[in-house]
Amino acid sequence: MNPSTLASPGLFTVEGLVGVVFLTMAAITLIGGMIACNSDRLVRSLSGLVICFVGVAGLYFLLNSPFVSMMQILIYVGAITVTISFAIMLAAPEEKRKIGPPSLFSGPLGFIAAALIAGGFATLAVRTEWTVHEKINDGSMKVIGLQLLTDHSMVFELVSVVLLVAILGALVIARQGREQ
Amino acid sequence: MAPLALYNSLETYLVIGAMLFGMGIYGMVTRRTLIGMLIAAELILAAASINFMAFNRFTAPDPATGQIFTLFIMAIAAAEAAIGLSITIAVYRHFKSIDAEDTAQLKG
Repeated sequence: MNPSTLASPGLFTVEGLVGVVFLTMAAITLIGGMIACNSDRLVRSLSGLVICFVGVAGLYFLLNSPFVSMMQILIYVGAITVTISFAIMLAAPEEKRKIGPPSLFSGPLGFIAAALIAGGFATLAVRTEWTVHEKINDGSMKVIGLQLLTDHSMVFELVSVVLLVAILGALVIARQGREQ
Repeated sequence: MAPLALYNSLETYLVIGAMLFGMGIYGMVTRRTLIGMLIAAELILAAASINFMAFNRFTAPDPATGQIFTLFIMAIAAAEAAIGLSITIAVYRHFKSIDAEDTAQLKG
């Protein structure tokens, strides 16, 4: 990291405003994640997931990749959460009963495990000296399109086959037992 | 480091990713319904994607590779969500419940 990024920008410069937007997006992401993993009802948890994904899309935008940010909103917020909400409507009629007493594993021990993992990763990220390489292109949308169809074309085709098989498999699995 | 300059350092994004990962693990351990576990798995995938994008922006020589990999993660996550939800619905039809404790047919 070069030392010029360590200086504090003024609030009403471009860098300062970008910093404000970044802090907002990070807060949205973390608050959404907390709602998603903590709330009692599944619908609220799903709303938290949507909030978290919008924040993540903002972070992608600040990481210099507007295309992936748009795809994040389109695929995650537009498709995956809608699918999950359909599943909630189909499979969880009313959660009137609180399911059983919470065990020791699902309460404090789970929190401790998660905190240890997150703290360990964060410490590792901060303590490591990352080597920075010279950029060989600008990572624009044009470069992404070219690489998708040249260097990564095999993976691109395979992902489409995987998606097709997954959708067919989902239809087959969900169809069984429908006749009863 | 000044809070307004945080957006320009790799470590900030890695720490955000680690916190999202921890939330995903916590949700995965504490949730008792299958759909809740699926939501937690999506959080973990989002954390992994944030790490890829951060390394892609700050250290990688080719800044298109990480974006392409994140797009592939999104495609795999969509496939995973579709399969997971159809399994959830099949389990619900069979057991009339999506509680992970109730699906214990093989328990001795």
